[in-house]
Amino acid sequence: MVDARGYSCPTPVIMVQKAVKEGSPKKLEVAVDNQCSVENVTRFAQSAGYKVAVADFEGDFKLTLTK
Amino acid sequence: MQSENFAKRYGLVIATGLVVGAAAVALTFWGNPANMGFCIACFLRDIAGALNFQRAGFDAEVGTGIVQYIRPEIIGLVLGSTAIAFLRGEFKPKGGSSPMIRFIVAVFVMIGALVFLGCPLRMVIRIGGGDLNAVVGLAGFAIGILIGIQFLQRGFSLRRAYQQSMAEGLVFPALMAVLLVLVVMAPSFIIFSAKGPGFQRAPIAAALVIALVVGVLAQRSRLCMVGGIRDAVMFKDFRLISGFAAIIAAVLVGNLILGRFNPGFAEQPIAHSEWLWNLLGMVLVGWGSVLLGGCPLRQLILAGEGNTDSAVTVTGFIVGAAVSHNFGLASSGTGIGTGPVAIAVAAGFVVLGVISVMNMQKLEG
Repeated sequence: MVDARGYSCPTPVIMVQKAVKEGSPKKLEVAVDNQCSVENVTRFAQSAGYKVAVADFEGDFKLTLTK
Repeated sequence: MQSENFAKRYGLVIATGLVVGAAAVALTFWGNPANMGFCIACFLRDIAGALNFQRAGFDAEVGTGIVQYIRPEIIGLVLGSTAIAFLRGEFKPKGGSSPMIRFIVAVFVMIGALVFLGCPLRMVIRIGGGDLNAVVGLAGFAIGILIGIQFLQRGFSLRRAYQQSMAEGLVFPALMAVLLVLVVMAPSFIIFSAKGPGFQRAPIAAALVIALVVGVLAQRSRLCMVGGIRDAVMFKDFRLISGFAAIIAAVLVGNLILGRFNPGFAEQPIAHSEWLWNLLGMVLVGWGSVLLGGCPLRQLILAGEGNTDSAVTVTGFIVGAAVSHNFGLASSGTGIGTGPVAIAVAAGFVVLGVISVMNMQKLEG
């Protein structure tokens, strides 16, 4: 899991971008703590061909990226 | 989840850009200085003046400087963000992501902005008014962002922030409420310019209401001048930059309607034509703003959402404005400042360089 909680954009997107580039995983979980990062990571993930599901995660957000 | 459609993806940010542009023209029409409907750098500088942190252009006859006023626009932007953040459950006090580094970067961003004479938002508004010096500024701004991106791609981060108490998150919005009381009551220890740009102001109510609306929209759309160019370059994401373009379009049309579009380099309002300094000033702003994660407008909005790192950043802007004017670093319509401008700008590049290099780290989850 990419834990980007505490980071503000663009850092969470860069972390996800790196994880996608390195392993092009079929499934990737990302934790973020603000709505802006949810939107940014979602947009990036969709442009990279992933489907995104958002869920609550200890009061923050967990995004599950699948393709 | 379905891919967002065009209207959802671009609608809000373009609408925000159009409103910001129209608001800027309207505020100028109602009394703000030319091409300065909104300028976060200039307005924070005016607030620094109102609190007597600087008295630039002090005139003994009238007893004030020329850039001293509590700008309701700043208050409205922050409180608009605070209000909508609370309504949507996005008010989350957090901070602790290298606040002192942010403070120092903010001081130099402000110095750069006052060498150019405007924050990125005013740069865009100046372009819409036909001020070609601002196009030079835009080139510098883009160069600065590209420099910053090099470090982002190599792992630059000011480290993570942590949750803070509600009280901590509310300090900055509360300060804005205090400023609102002060601008309305106008007690004698607060100084309002009796001449100069600080004397040119839209009515308090109009400035406040317009800024509240813009604050709400900017919070919702995440509008950011730096983010626009950054995301386009790094992620081929053109959402934020479309807001940037919308501001220029709205300002351009507004100025054409009012007959205030005046293309050229010479005799532009509150601007100078020393291209090298316009360029270098905005390189500093672009680079510094990438390190801070957003332009001065965005920092105000984030501070309104309870982000205390952004609140510290805005405090750094205010101190930077005072430093700029007290040491003769700020430009004026006649050219660059009479103080050690070259040394200050060079120092800025050294400081940003050291901070950029020292904060590259492996970003692990």
